[in-house]
Amino acid sequence: MATNFFFWLLLVVAIAGLAGLLLVRDASRRTPWLAAFLVSFGVLAVWQSAVMFKDTTASQVLFSLFGAAVCFGALGVVLSQNVVRMAFWLIVSLGSTSGLFFLLNADFVGAVQLLVYVGGTLVLLIFGVMLTASGPYVTMKTSPTEWVAAAVVSSLLLGLILVSAFGVDWQAVDYAEAGNTTTQDASAGSSVQEGTTLRPLGWALLGLRPDKDLQKPGEPSGVGYLLPFEIVSVHLLVVLIGAAYLARAKRRVDQTPGTTAL
Amino acid sequence: MPELNFCILIGAVLFVSGVVCMATKRNAIGVLMGVELVLNAANLNFVAFARYTALGLDGQILSLFVIVLAAAEAAVALAIALNFYNNHLTIDVDRADDLHG
Amino acid sequence: MIFALFSYDSISDFVDSMMGSWAAWAWVVVALIHAVIIIHFFAVAPLFYIWLERKVSGRIQDRLGPTRVGGKFGWLQTLADGLKLIQKEDLCPQSADQLMFRISPYIVFVATFGAFIVLPFSNGWVAQNLEIGIFFMLAVMSLEVIGIILAGYSSGSKWALFGGMREAAQMVSYEIPMAICALVPIVAAGSLNFVEIGRMQSGWFFPNWLMFNNPFTFLAFFVYFTVATASVKRAPFDLAEAESELVAGFHTEYSGIRWSYFFMAEYAGMFAVSGIAVFLFLGGWYTGIGPLDASLVSLQSVGPYGILSYIVNLIFMVVFITKGCLLVFLQIWIRWTFPRLRIDQVMMTCLKYLLPMSCALFLGAVLWPLLYYSVSSGESPRTKWFGEPLYDKVIAAEPASAEQAARQSAPQLAKGER
Repeated sequence: MATNFFFWLLLVVAIAGLAGLLLVRDASRRTPWLAAFLVSFGVLAVWQSAVMFKDTTASQVLFSLFGAAVCFGALGVVLSQNVVRMAFWLIVSLGSTSGLFFLLNADFVGAVQLLVYVGGTLVLLIFGVMLTASGPYVTMKTSPTEWVAAAVVSSLLLGLILVSAFGVDWQAVDYAEAGNTTTQDASAGSSVQEGTTLRPLGWALLGLRPDKDLQKPGEPSGVGYLLPFEIVSVHLLVVLIGAAYLARAKRRVDQTPGTTAL
Repeated sequence: MPELNFCILIGAVLFVSGVVCMATKRNAIGVLMGVELVLNAANLNFVAFARYTALGLDGQILSLFVIVLAAAEAAVALAIALNFYNNHLTIDVDRADDLHG
Repeated sequence: MIFALFSYDSISDFVDSMMGSWAAWAWVVVALIHAVIIIHFFAVAPLFYIWLERKVSGRIQDRLGPTRVGGKFGWLQTLADGLKLIQKEDLCPQSADQLMFRISPYIVFVATFGAFIVLPFSNGWVAQNLEIGIFFMLAVMSLEVIGIILAGYSSGSKWALFGGMREAAQMVSYEIPMAICALVPIVAAGSLNFVEIGRMQSGWFFPNWLMFNNPFTFLAFFVYFTVATASVKRAPFDLAEAESELVAGFHTEYSGIRWSYFFMAEYAGMFAVSGIAVFLFLGGWYTGIGPLDASLVSLQSVGPYGILSYIVNLIFMVVFITKGCLLVFLQIWIRWTFPRLRIDQVMMTCLKYLLPMSCALFLGAVLWPLLYYSVSSGESPRTKWFGEPLYDKVIAAEPASAEQAARQSAPQLAKGER
């Protein structure tokens, strides 16, 4: 924090503005105090944050932003009572997760998340919400005891997960697994380090792993993913045919007049 | 590694939110949204470990598979929920007690 | 001193050199500059296209269109309409879900805006030169569906809900043949990166534009254009906005500036899909006249401070925007020529005709190099047409500045080039 003359001046003006705002009785005469407070506080905030955060990199700022968006979206999903609003917060959360993927040098995975997950699976969920709507904005409320129990259990679970995850020294595990005695020279994941994962991903799904095979000659070759790729393709086909068959239009029990298919 | 810990933290928050959603929501589609949150937490962990440890490309490939399988599972679960709604005219999972003792 | 500006290769270089130690703030400034530049195009293009639509529709219907505001041709008509819309009352129906009613125009706007981040306007003039350019664009444009569903649902009126659901079904269905048709020239080109695909298409238009690379890309252009028109919900696929059927579909309850957000997104989306078509099929920023392109490319290395390179890039940008506008004009022309399709016809066209067509074209495009390889002997497949290897073209068509050549060889991470 730069505590020089201007800092103290702006701080005094801000405090005076706040005091004037709170002490003046007549509401119509508060405007100049409000203006003084807002302007001085705004200038102070921007200036001090520029100084304090001078050395933060853009990626740290973006990580924090997207991480906060993910967490608030997830909280919004839990706390919303209306299922369409839950879907909206889920979209916010998943979209921000895609942003995090882009920051973690996983461009292709981030784009697939946007295209398939947000633009496909969530649209499917929203269609499901529309098709099972039971009246305008009907909410199924959770009782207060359930909220308390959920809060207790969730905080315990979160604490347990964090304690166990933060307690591991991932770097030491990394060296032991990879058998590296020197610093990790990013040889195993060089394309991940640089963000150009498109072609290595394509090759890996075809069964070739040039990023692993070329690094350590004499070692067993890297794992190719051709068989899982084929299995997942057939699996997707079978599952979607099955889901389409399961969800085919049948005569509804007690069909009320006026409800039409879309 | 502070960046990896940050991603683990976000993944844990997503996971716990998903579990609470699955446990407390009465709307079946709300439960499905919890499942999506849990799967996304796993995906975030995979990609974070792919970036910061020697996991490398395998993490990203596995997260691609997770996305695809999540889409398939959401389709089937939605089909089941639609069938339930067509038969009982309600989407409240507390009413799914036909086999109750 | 002002000419020294042209010697920087990108906006981020320039800003970093001025604000070297303030890393995050330099990034913020660069991102703001890129966003402002794109927003200028994003906002001015609908201004122009709405005027164009009214004039073209007028002429097709044997009348004049706007002729009063701003001179004989009504140039400023859209501006006047925009001013009127801005000062309208910001209504929100009482039975509407307030938060989502207000947010959905922004979702649609942002989804379409995000597509312009990877669309180059000239050789190297792109906000983010992502390796997965076209894939990113398709992914971000698929978020528009969510905004439309939320808009339809949260309006609290049944016309809006039906319009929104039909619209979402149409857009989601048409994304599939759009992606497959976009894949056809990508298989021929071998890269998802827009700038690389553009650089491959220099020279005479007949063998070099990806549209003329093999017969499957030729057919894919027409299928892609049809599908893209449907995907941006233009007639004859405009059930969502059909005044005669659904009042106004998902934007029935929107008025004033919120309605204009939807329309800015629609016209900008038309340009975005036209821009994809220009890059994937019609040669990108090159004019297609061999000697002219060659002379322009050679001019890029001449001249102090890179001014001539900048001017040549400006010319290429004008060519690109002209091609995009021609395709948008084609979309407008089609709208006022053909009658509208019913929703079941729309879905049937997609799922029974366009989707198998695009799959067949994709299969053909993938097998074409095999056929070519078996016909011509000993040469590597896919990379030749009329004798000249495609990858040589990429290296030859880069701007001949040594710095840029050196930088092209190192992969770029989050560095904008413009």
